[in-house]
Amino acid sequence: MKQLMQGNTAAARGIYEAGCCVASSYPGTPSTEITEEAAKYDEIYCEWAPNEKVAMETAFGASLAGRRSFCGMKHVGLNVAADPLFTVSYTGINAGMVICVADDAGMHSSQNEQDSRHYAKSAKLPMLEPSDSQEALEFFRRAYDLSEEYDSPVIVKMCTRIAHSQSIVETGERQEVPAKPYEKNIAKYVMMPGNAIRRHPVVEERMRRLQALAESIDINRIDEGSSNAVGIITSSTCYQYVKEACGDRFPVLKLGMIWPMPDEKIKAFAGSVERLVVVEELDPFIEEHCLTLGLKVEGKSLFPLEGELSQNIIAERLMLNVPEGLKLEEKIPARPPMMCSGCPHRGIFYTLNKNKCTVLGDIGCYTLGAVAPLSAMEMTLCMGASVSATHGFNKAGGKNAVAVIGDSTFMHSGMTGLANIAYNQSNSVVIILDNSITGMTGHQQNPTTGYNIKGDPAGKIDLEALCRAMGFSRVRVVDPYNLKECDDALKEELSSGEPSVIIARRPCALLKYVKHNPPLKIDTAKCVGCKSCMRIGCPSLSMKEGKAHVDETLCVGCGVCTQMCRFGAFQEGR
Amino acid sequence: MKTTNIMIVGVGGQGSVLASKLLGHLLITQGYDVKVSEVHGMSQRGGSVVTYVRYGDKVYSPVIDKGQADFIVSFELLEAARNIEYLKPEGQIVTSTQQIDPMPVLTGAMNYPEGLLAKMQSLGVKADALDCLKLAEQAGSSKAVNLVLLGRLSHYFNDIEPEAWQEAIRFCVPPKFLDLNVKAFELGKNA
Repeated sequence: MKQLMQGNTAAARGIYEAGCCVASSYPGTPSTEITEEAAKYDEIYCEWAPNEKVAMETAFGASLAGRRSFCGMKHVGLNVAADPLFTVSYTGINAGMVICVADDAGMHSSQNEQDSRHYAKSAKLPMLEPSDSQEALEFFRRAYDLSEEYDSPVIVKMCTRIAHSQSIVETGERQEVPAKPYEKNIAKYVMMPGNAIRRHPVVEERMRRLQALAESIDINRIDEGSSNAVGIITSSTCYQYVKEACGDRFPVLKLGMIWPMPDEKIKAFAGSVERLVVVEELDPFIEEHCLTLGLKVEGKSLFPLEGELSQNIIAERLMLNVPEGLKLEEKIPARPPMMCSGCPHRGIFYTLNKNKCTVLGDIGCYTLGAVAPLSAMEMTLCMGASVSATHGFNKAGGKNAVAVIGDSTFMHSGMTGLANIAYNQSNSVVIILDNSITGMTGHQQNPTTGYNIKGDPAGKIDLEALCRAMGFSRVRVVDPYNLKECDDALKEELSSGEPSVIIARRPCALLKYVKHNPPLKIDTAKCVGCKSCMRIGCPSLSMKEGKAHVDETLCVGCGVCTQMCRFGAFQEGR
Repeated sequence: MKTTNIMIVGVGGQGSVLASKLLGHLLITQGYDVKVSEVHGMSQRGGSVVTYVRYGDKVYSPVIDKGQADFIVSFELLEAARNIEYLKPEGQIVTSTQQIDPMPVLTGAMNYPEGLLAKMQSLGVKADALDCLKLAEQAGSSKAVNLVLLGRLSHYFNDIEPEAWQEAIRFCVPPKFLDLNVKAFELGKNA
């Protein structure tokens, strides 16, 4: 049956059809839905791992035990999992193992726009790159056969536009793959020097065989063009932009397998056209490979290194017609994302700002604490960096620093930083924003929530007990809706002269089980229009005719604004 | 057939996901190649959201670029204006007249621009504007703005049978909200 399917849903379908039995991932935009969708198939055991490294090692263990396995992550997640990645390339696999990495050119929801194709080259692993949902399904399914045939994990690289676009897909049936028996093989699976030295030539030989495959595999194909004035090499979503901009005008070498590359095919293609152009987002990965082949090629001299490409950019740089857009002479106010009404993070950031703390932050919804008017976060680097960087900041004599990290991010990479504080003794204050969910990626469970990916009861890590076990004697829990309690706790812990953890606990206001209060009302006789309440940056609040105004469709009655008002102008709703 | 481009714009949480799902399903049943593209994550937290719906004999790019949209379907006036450079000069805007203040307006740093509709029309574009929120509430829920907008949009698709729209609504809406959504669609269509 033909249906419209998101790239990530199609990827999950491909995994399912390939007979995958175990999937372990950490959520990360734009990769999250693959594992969420895979979890809807009862035949696949799916889980959220605490981080990508754990997910990849779990998938490797499942492969070792003889079952086809999967792990998925965003580009920066692959940095976390890079350690097992480079060595699982040496051990190879038992049953097929497929790794998905989803890049985010344009940084729709990321802290950088690194190009993951470099990982395939440096870890010496094959990488496939689909260009729509149908290819996502097929490439994921085929990746398992390649994995087993070449005794190698296979990386399938997605990007935001493939992951989150829907296109027409025809599905197939699931192939039941019997478990491969596990066989003890110390020389293959124990990567100590003596064994690894023998495995490295195996890896190089595998890459030579894969390169031969790249020459013949049907997913590296040429679309004929009517003029050979230009020949384009491209892959992924850029292929679609090229076809949109150029139609069948120029021949296109579309690479479905982006690593290793088909050298002979590329050379023959280059020889058949007058001008060779590579169209790729981010780094000149294909272009530089063409240069190593001694080819005259244009790429980044035409196209930017930053951001996403589009049909218009390609048309413009290839001197084709570009449609004119309309121009409105008007200053349009930006509409940036912001913390939701009733977000439990708001009160903490107001308190931190009020106390003039240097807040070293982390990755999650609460990164929005950096946005005006709260403007209360001064550093965000990567998962877990808040905790470790605060320790370093304090060791260097920094003052009044506080780490702020969410519950899921703390489980991902905050714990090791906390261990460093406990071990190397800095008087650091760490605030764990425990909203009982992984918020930013769309409400995934994590090891502190007590539920698994299917919403069934699961193990639950006790944050207070964990911090105490690490050696923190000062661990306290506050309600982030209570500004005075937060303010008192922060002042006490900053002056305590000991390392401490404050857990600000209240579930995300968007969770279905969270009961909301009726929207608040303004007593306009009492409101003096001082705008104190506007300092918390709540989307429910605005000034109308000099008085505070509550948007009743948004307000959840959290009462943080009530505590800002010295005139008692906020009244409980009914 | 040449590819037709529909941009759905609004504010995170306004219901554009259902609108694009419904359009996608409808256009597939008409035998077209279809691509629907949206961005998840950071952009959803009350920020501007954009969804692209493209259909025709063969659709390549999942996104609509500047000067290519045949329609802008807008849940909010400012968002229509923000994306006007994506519209073809002869394109059609179908918009709700609702105004939602973004943070720079809430904090008083900027004003919500006045007379946006007239300013857009002065560029020569055709704009079909109606109070979709009021019609949605009339249908039974302020959340049904998406169906009011689609009802209005259906005016411009004479080649698609009314029954096909109804079938798409039934396919995409849970049964207990079906009557409400059908009513919202009809109110938009007949407004």
